[in-house]
Amino acid sequence: MKQVIIDPTDERVPIRRTLAARTDSIVGRVALLDIAKPRGNVLLDRLAEHLQDRLPGVEIKRFRKPTFTKPAPDDLRRRIAEESDFVIEALAD
Amino acid sequence: MNSLPAFELRDSGGATRSFPSKRTALLCFVKEDCPTCGMTMPLIEAAHRAFGAAVDVWAIGQDSAGNAKLVERYALTVPMLDDSALKVSFDYGLDTVPTIILADVHGHEVRRFIGFGRDDWREMFAELARQSGVAAPPIDWNSYPESRPGCGSKSVEPGIAERLEADARGDKMTARRIELGDAEDVFEFMFERGLTDGLPVVPPTPERVMLMLTGTRRDPRDVVAIVPPNLAPVTVEKVAVNAVMAGCRPEYLPVVIAALEAVCTDTFNIHGIMSTTWGATPVIVVNGPIRRRLDMNMGMMALGYGTRSNATIGRALKLVLRNVGGARPGDIERSTLGAPGKFTTCFAEWEERSPWEPLHVERGFGKDENVVTVFGLEAGSRQIADQTSRTARALAGSLGMALEACWHPKQHGSGEILLIISPEHADTLARENWTKAQVRARIQEVTARPVRELIRDDESGEGIPLSALGDAPEARLDEKIAKFRRPEDINIIVAGGNAGKFSAVFAGWVSGPMGSSSVSRRIEEATAT
Repeated sequence: MKQVIIDPTDERVPIRRTLAARTDSIVGRVALLDIAKPRGNVLLDRLAEHLQDRLPGVEIKRFRKPTFTKPAPDDLRRRIAEESDFVIEALAD
Repeated sequence: MNSLPAFELRDSGGATRSFPSKRTALLCFVKEDCPTCGMTMPLIEAAHRAFGAAVDVWAIGQDSAGNAKLVERYALTVPMLDDSALKVSFDYGLDTVPTIILADVHGHEVRRFIGFGRDDWREMFAELARQSGVAAPPIDWNSYPESRPGCGSKSVEPGIAERLEADARGDKMTARRIELGDAEDVFEFMFERGLTDGLPVVPPTPERVMLMLTGTRRDPRDVVAIVPPNLAPVTVEKVAVNAVMAGCRPEYLPVVIAALEAVCTDTFNIHGIMSTTWGATPVIVVNGPIRRRLDMNMGMMALGYGTRSNATIGRALKLVLRNVGGARPGDIERSTLGAPGKFTTCFAEWEERSPWEPLHVERGFGKDENVVTVFGLEAGSRQIADQTSRTARALAGSLGMALEACWHPKQHGSGEILLIISPEHADTLARENWTKAQVRARIQEVTARPVRELIRDDESGEGIPLSALGDAPEARLDEKIAKFRRPEDINIIVAGGNAGKFSAVFAGWVSGPMGSSSVSRRIEEATAT
């Protein structure tokens, strides 16, 4: 007799997302996102200095999650998308 | 007169046979691997050949492959009806095969016998001859024994009743069914598909899931919660599937559902608990009379292993988070080290052994209400030894000193923990009528440290940065900070064996609105109690 089991998963097919087209140069607005982990700001400060040195034309914008323990709020994600062309996120630890 | 259940079955030629058929019918329930059925087959065939023009003589076989063998072995011309689904056998309440039933043209039972009886069959042939007006065929009755017992009907084998009920409820069970190949090992299949926590799981067959669903009054299609991190809706049926896999009994299901509802709240923040690099997990505490009904362990080894309800309720919750929510180790679940408690952490409070109000009563529930409380804590308890304190003050002081080690001794102003006081320690505190509030205050008292001992320095780089102390840090160096932000962050329950002056603590994670706060939920059982 055929064995039958019931699927324990959510049965959803993940949506395939394609990466945004890579550009040859970085121009415009670069968002630096601090997820609020200790010393993430230190890393981003240094990164911002280096970016300004190498790419004087770009505008650096800083964003911060209220807490690293939860996903970024919708409003923050929307603002980053609206106000930036690139995002660099400082992940934890 | 007993009216027999109507049915439709296909015979081996593919034709549908309906009962009642407006003719007299002889229904002969058989299965191939039953020797008594084998001995009976020639008589069934003889009855068909003799009386078939006037009477529907049908063999009703209980498995498809076996039916074909019987037809071949006994060169049967009698219609062989396929009841491999066992629905008709079940509806007829069979315990034994062969069961031979004579029915009149209206489908009423006239005569029935089970097993083999030589006289039963002789009388049956005589009855058929009377009804059909055809002479009974010659049978060498002496070649048959007087009687032989029958064999167990397949319809009473374990799981069949559940399967048939599952089929009947099929319209409410909407989850995808996965059919395995004949040669596939279901246990290996579930490992390969990443559906387990690393230990084998019970295969969630439709029968087992149906049985699990009897543990709740809720519709299998009801959505219990939206499960992070994938924000996937989880139905009662999907919870039941994972509860089967975890090894739960149906009566545990309401606890799993309540725990799932509790963790899938913004207050609890299960997304953070599952994805943090710290080793955190939902710690489940059960209160109320249901603890006894589910045989939950709250005594010796309460935080350990060996009790089905404790082990499987916590495991079921984790399997839902994994399989439906998508929190898998190395993927979204990213604990640096993890901890054994991530498999399952669930136990009950020994309310009767506690000198204090139990946890759920402290939180506003009635003593007789069944409540599950989930805490987002370290995935493993740490034991605290104090075998020599004889006063409440000294013991509570010891407990506080041990709690200094939670997270890091220099991290103060921290949030929720769960302190499990063992019965012997509870007795020491109760002897002087100490309240939980006194225990908490004593812990805060002994753990309070001056800022100068908590700042980052060369001895240990962990602690408070000087920059956090404002413009005049020197002025604050003697200010004392207690270990816990608020005394009520020290959650206290009683559990454990009667012997042993050892308590235990589950340290926390990021606590409060910026992390996780404990959540209590009432458990809705299937039957009113």
